[in-house]
Amino acid sequence: MSAFDRRDFLRLAAAVPLLAGARFAFAGSSARRLLILVELKGGNDGLNTVIPYADPEYARLRPKLALDRDQVIKLTPTAALHPSLAGLEPAWQAKELAIVQGVGYPEPNLSHFRSIEIWDTASKSDEYLEQGWLARAFARSPSPAGFVADGVAVGPGGLGPLSGGGARAISLSSPEQFLRNARFARDEGDSKNAALAHILRVERDVVVSASRLQPGRTLSTTFPQGAFGNAAHVAAQLASNESGIAVVRVTLDGFDTHANQLPRQAALLRQLGDGLAALRTALVEIGRWDDTLLATYAEFGRRPRENQSGGTDHGTASVHFAMGGKVKGGMHGAGPELRRLDGSGNLPFAVDFRSYYATLLESWWNIPAAPVLGGKFARIDFV
Amino acid sequence: MRALAAIAFAFAAAALAAHAEELGYDGARHLLNRTGFGASDAEVRAFSTLDRREAVERLLSGARREAALAPPAFVSEPFVPYSQMRALSQEERMAAQRKAFQQGVELRAWWLREMTTTPSPLTERMTLFWHNHFATGQQKVKSGVLMYRQNVLLRREALGNFASLLHAVSKDPAMLAYLDNARSRKEAPNENFAREVMELFTLGEGHYGERDIKEAARAFTGWSIEPKTGEYKYRPFFHDAGMKTVLGRSGPLGGDDVLDILLARPETAQFIVGKLWREMVSPTPDPVEVKRLASVLRESRYEVKPLLRAMLLSDAFWAPENRATLIKSPVDLVVGTLRTFDIRPLDMRPAVAATAALGQNVFSPPNVKGWPGGEAWITSSTLLGRKQWLDRVFRGSDSMVAPAPTPVRAAGDAVGENVRFMRVLDNGMSTYAFDAPRWEASLGPTTDAAHLVLAMAPVNPPAEADSTAARIRSLVLDPVYQLR
Repeated sequence: MSAFDRRDFLRLAAAVPLLAGARFAFAGSSARRLLILVELKGGNDGLNTVIPYADPEYARLRPKLALDRDQVIKLTPTAALHPSLAGLEPAWQAKELAIVQGVGYPEPNLSHFRSIEIWDTASKSDEYLEQGWLARAFARSPSPAGFVADGVAVGPGGLGPLSGGGARAISLSSPEQFLRNARFARDEGDSKNAALAHILRVERDVVVSASRLQPGRTLSTTFPQGAFGNAAHVAAQLASNESGIAVVRVTLDGFDTHANQLPRQAALLRQLGDGLAALRTALVEIGRWDDTLLATYAEFGRRPRENQSGGTDHGTASVHFAMGGKVKGGMHGAGPELRRLDGSGNLPFAVDFRSYYATLLESWWNIPAAPVLGGKFARIDFV
Repeated sequence: MRALAAIAFAFAAAALAAHAEELGYDGARHLLNRTGFGASDAEVRAFSTLDRREAVERLLSGARREAALAPPAFVSEPFVPYSQMRALSQEERMAAQRKAFQQGVELRAWWLREMTTTPSPLTERMTLFWHNHFATGQQKVKSGVLMYRQNVLLRREALGNFASLLHAVSKDPAMLAYLDNARSRKEAPNENFAREVMELFTLGEGHYGERDIKEAARAFTGWSIEPKTGEYKYRPFFHDAGMKTVLGRSGPLGGDDVLDILLARPETAQFIVGKLWREMVSPTPDPVEVKRLASVLRESRYEVKPLLRAMLLSDAFWAPENRATLIKSPVDLVVGTLRTFDIRPLDMRPAVAATAALGQNVFSPPNVKGWPGGEAWITSSTLLGRKQWLDRVFRGSDSMVAPAPTPVRAAGDAVGENVRFMRVLDNGMSTYAFDAPRWEASLGPTTDAAHLVLAMAPVNPPAEADSTAARIRSLVLDPVYQLR
């Protein structure tokens, strides 16, 4: 649909108010499709998430942590899912789950804080950028004017890739709470004082977003209990909002499994798999599965060799999931090369995380990626 | 020629006159809010009759080098060696983590109370400034004892000497642990500290090369921690004693030599001055003034007081266009509110939780670069969170009734503990109750509350007819209250 056609279509929709219910609002919001980003905070252990079960080196590096090959969910002759991720199997069968292996970057930084900053700003390893990569993208290519916001970050933890100005972004823990506290914000005009102007802009964003945000709609899909299930529920409610949103960011925290990893990661992956499965069901329920993309990210993966505490230390490249009605399911990137570890015992990366981002920007939204990411990065063929 | 000289003299005389004039209420408020955290009406009035020089001298001469409050009891417990922590069983490790968390809360509560009650807020503001500059986080250091010891060091040199502070922080065990230098050996020098000391602590980005970092990292090898006591320890076996070249200077350089090379560069003083300018004067440093103030800092061999004196007496500091241009940090907001309104809570833990929730958990900066600050403090959720907290404090004592008891689960259950902790915070908030009529009665006869509470005129002036409590509430919920 060309821009002209789309404008005509929207004008037509607006001219028929009785028909311009939820359906047309969704059609309008499809001018920019939805991306739901899932941050796996703390650095998820990729090797025990998508498991190279056939590689003898895997069991050798992990005498205690290697998962039994009879229990894992085998996807290919070389890769299997952690049993707690059984919730993702239907999406895999439907070819709606892309598994991107070996995502990382050159000269990896093993600090949580620095590495997530690198991921959030899409910087080079030794480069400090103020603005998140999505903030840069939306500064160049704002979402349609009627949108609630470019992005909504669910839960505590800042705006992540939406931070640093440039994007119209809000953060909230639930639509209800946001709408309740929005009474503290007013649209009070502008100021020549830059600091005051910023505060007034944020207040105005709150007022604008609050005016377009509905209290969470009741869905028939049930979500798993717990913080991540709640966040996934809020994400689905935001997806069903009549006015559009380009990005929703949710977070699952606790992956920093230096010790006692087996039960802890199993519980986290259960929340992740079941939460994403519920989100898929809900998005199908509200008719948005085909124009929504779910994508995970994290600051890093973990060390292939287990440590002395039944855990794993900070690592580098890891595996990520992309899901959606329009996703090309299957394996992407390259599996872990356990015999090619670097000086600190970590994996080399196969896919630059900025290639992952370039795919989201260009293939999903048609936003030119090179100016946003500071260079040309090859797209991955999962959308 | 004579006419020009006369004009120049007239300006100089006017400037002198301005210096010698009384600050007045707004001037005193400005000085105290920029150099401390908020200020009570009594403090502002006490400074309002001084001239600029007198006021600045009073601040500088009253600066402390030690906290006024006794530290939390745990700081005198012995240091727990890292090796011992690693050897713990799963349950012991969990217990140790809980203890570290508790100590962290105690430490933060102690520091926030010190900021709230100290007779020298300037000392605490500068201690926080250096904490943000030499950012070190308990997430990695783990030991509350080491975090406390670093805080003592930062306070000792807060208005002391930057060169001494740089040398001492570089050997500070919390810093050695945080930036991995403690484990750096000549066979594989760790570049983490060498990079950050140039980029973030002295020169600033772009004034050194990758080769300087590699060479400097070799010079810092051997700066380590004595495992049993947690004190600094030099390990000659780890040290690379070979020839090195850093920023064009060659020799068998040690860590102290590298720090002296960094201190000798003009960029270092400019970097520090620029940062202090953004803390105290405005978000946009004036390059000419930065150069002038940097030379003051270098000529005094990095003494902090002469720099502060020159900055606080500069025209830029007092310029009307630079007033109300800085965004309050969460600590400014929370501690400043307590100081301005003479609120002295029995329990500081809710203040700790509030500053953390609003994005500034002291002793846990997001990374070695510190808090980004400025406009980054304000997002929709932090702004609404700030107003929600203020609303809670200023809603009046009725709302401070303890909430209905929440069901508490079995001990040891993570959810139960979390609920219990939240209830402690909730109950603690009841000690933040603000009594508007009593507070207003304590104000000076000529004090206008709006001039105490706000740095400039409010966006939404309160209605005259409103009650005292409603007017105060309106002032603190005004967008201008987020500025200092």
